[in-house]
Amino acid sequence: MARKILLEHDEIPGIETYAVYRKNGGYKSVEKALKTMSPEQVVEEVQKSGLRGRGGAGFPTGLKWSFLAKPEGVPRYLLCNADESEPGTFKDRYLMEKIPHRLIEGMIVSSYALGSNLSFIYIRGEYMWILNILEKAIAEAYAAGFLGKNILGSGFDLDLRVAPGGGAYICGEETAMIESLEGKRGNPRMKPPFPAVKGLWGCPSVVNNVESLASVVAIVNDGGDEYAKIGIGKSTGTKLFSACGNVSRPGVYELEMGLSVEEFIYGDDWCRGIANGKQLKACVPGGSSVPILPAHLVTKTAAGENRLMSYESLADGGFASGSMLGSGGFIVFDEDQCIVRNTWNFARFYAHESCGQCSPCREGTGWMEKVLNRLEHGNGNLRDIELLEDINKKIEGNTICPLGEAAAWPVAAAIRHFREEFEWHVTHREESQSRNYGLLLKESLMH
Amino acid sequence: MVKITIDNVQVEVEEGTTILNAARKIGGEVVPPAMCYYSKLPGTGGKCRTCLVEVAAGSEKDPRPMPKLVASCSTPVMDGMVVKNKTSERVHENRGAIVEFLLINHPLDCPVCDQAGECHLQDLSYEHGAEKTRYEEERRTFDPIDIGDKIKLHMNRCILCYRCVHVADQLTDKRVHGVLNRGEHSEISTYIEKAVDNDFSGNMIDVCPVGALTDKTFRFKSRVWFLKPMEASCACDKCSGNVLLWMFGNEIYRVTARKDKYGEVEDQNGKPGWICNTCRFEKKSPENWKIIGPRTINRHSVISQGKYISPRSNSTKNISNGNK
Repeated sequence: MARKILLEHDEIPGIETYAVYRKNGGYKSVEKALKTMSPEQVVEEVQKSGLRGRGGAGFPTGLKWSFLAKPEGVPRYLLCNADESEPGTFKDRYLMEKIPHRLIEGMIVSSYALGSNLSFIYIRGEYMWILNILEKAIAEAYAAGFLGKNILGSGFDLDLRVAPGGGAYICGEETAMIESLEGKRGNPRMKPPFPAVKGLWGCPSVVNNVESLASVVAIVNDGGDEYAKIGIGKSTGTKLFSACGNVSRPGVYELEMGLSVEEFIYGDDWCRGIANGKQLKACVPGGSSVPILPAHLVTKTAAGENRLMSYESLADGGFASGSMLGSGGFIVFDEDQCIVRNTWNFARFYAHESCGQCSPCREGTGWMEKVLNRLEHGNGNLRDIELLEDINKKIEGNTICPLGEAAAWPVAAAIRHFREEFEWHVTHREESQSRNYGLLLKESLMH
Repeated sequence: MVKITIDNVQVEVEEGTTILNAARKIGGEVVPPAMCYYSKLPGTGGKCRTCLVEVAAGSEKDPRPMPKLVASCSTPVMDGMVVKNKTSERVHENRGAIVEFLLINHPLDCPVCDQAGECHLQDLSYEHGAEKTRYEEERRTFDPIDIGDKIKLHMNRCILCYRCVHVADQLTDKRVHGVLNRGEHSEISTYIEKAVDNDFSGNMIDVCPVGALTDKTFRFKSRVWFLKPMEASCACDKCSGNVLLWMFGNEIYRVTARKDKYGEVEDQNGKPGWICNTCRFEKKSPENWKIIGPRTINRHSVISQGKYISPRSNSTKNISNGNK
């Protein structure tokens, strides 16, 4: 299952330069696409590949591309979403830092497929050094004739720009990102119209994640059918996971979808188990906004099957006993971690990052943060737990963009699976301030 | 033209109309409340979420229901769409939730607020609010600031509907007035307090659904329900000059634009009847105006009822218009 497609050659020194990248097979897909394929054929290959958006929602990329409106005389834009701000997720950072040309190559091919002559990489403000890396790589690509006018004599023109954001999480939402690119406050737009119809400056636009665009390179090189053979079921291809938290070997791993979660956490090639010989308590498999899973549901599904690293298997059991693959931020908690504290920490993040445009999210995230703050610091009541559940329900589905849900899900899941621990914080106020609840075992309470 | 059913009432509207405007065409009970949408200001809507409705069938072609409640002010109708507003338990429950969210940080200082009596948030809470708050934390507070010399901003009362931002953008000099910060720390501001200096800035007061933006020439002078609204006009070279005077005896307490039953300015001579600051703030003497006659206000709010009644009582019909 250790298969490298995106991070192929990431160990080669100098791979961030054009010369080394090119020597290792770089920009072959541009040559192939521009010289032998029509834009429609590229779209078709991506559809065949079954590639799903790597930004979090997992929407099929080819299908998204097929929605792009193509009115006459109106430019179209391809926008790369590099505003990677989800706590626990740092895969795009690694990819752009190590192999910037991979993203640029993917963007050239994708822009060709979509008919975009001006494409943007929207990068979060905190990644300023990566902006420099990308701009250097883009300059090299211009010099080599892969960007600019009449690329490889095909008549296709493409300009690629990098636009830094101001560091707001909300700008990772596609319409907020477009607003920000237009120079406005990053508030999500009302949908419909969707960006595929009315996006950047009112023109049809496609917004894709860094990893999705980088994956297009392999799809064009090997063909969509070949790519679809990698992975399992509808989760095709390889996926980058950024493992963090209490694992022995955190980092960014590329794996073929379908690897078992158990192997990923404990395998020698991967995370090498829980750090310091501790036990697994919980895991958030897809970045902070997906539901948390308690230890017994991490490696096995509720039905007792092995849980695999794939869109379907991680979501198995729905929200009752499953989670989501999300953006691949794999956060592992050991027995010493306090779930209440962690939930409060996430809630604090969402309250801080809510744009404040629509009332349920603006008021609800702040409210949840305050209630959780109280619970965590030993000032809570048992009715606060019900209150939290109720606030969750009332934010969910009532907001303009998914940030409301992203804020509500982790809290709802933490209460669902760790209610005892929340209650313990209320019933053992003093004790909860000096030690952690530990594993979710009744015995641990009976010293 | 497309056909759409709202709360079992069928109506035919033009393609591209929003659900809210289709409901307004029917009128009455089926109209969802709207705190941020303002038909005269393009781009408003979608933010407060009080107008959420349930779509039981998407369209004739695709009759599947929409999984989430949708903002009726920004969702266009489809042929054969079936919408539930009053008839949906889910809408009722979620609208109550939105009102709760809007109120958790609201100071509820109606007894000293100039907007009381004509406040949309007051009406909304009256209809959908809970008796008691579940919010135990301290409310966020801001100091009141002056936006220009005639307008006071009480950010504490603001529900961030963005209507005044659109007024600033569309009627006055662009980008002098906007939103600072984000999340629950968002605040309306001009950044430098006295920056709004434009002949039409006073319309911000009219569009504000709550008491966040108030007229400094009227503040604390009287309760609105003691005043008699009189239609009047004058020759003005900046605006239509068609206004509403709020009088007590022969004294003019304040001047506003003429508003319809949804609290939006009425059209005057085919254009939205925004009024200029000279008419609003400076012409406070009866000699300035040609008074046309009294105006009936048909809103269900405190102002037109004359007194507070229990929502459970059925005697609303018998109560005469208090301000006549």
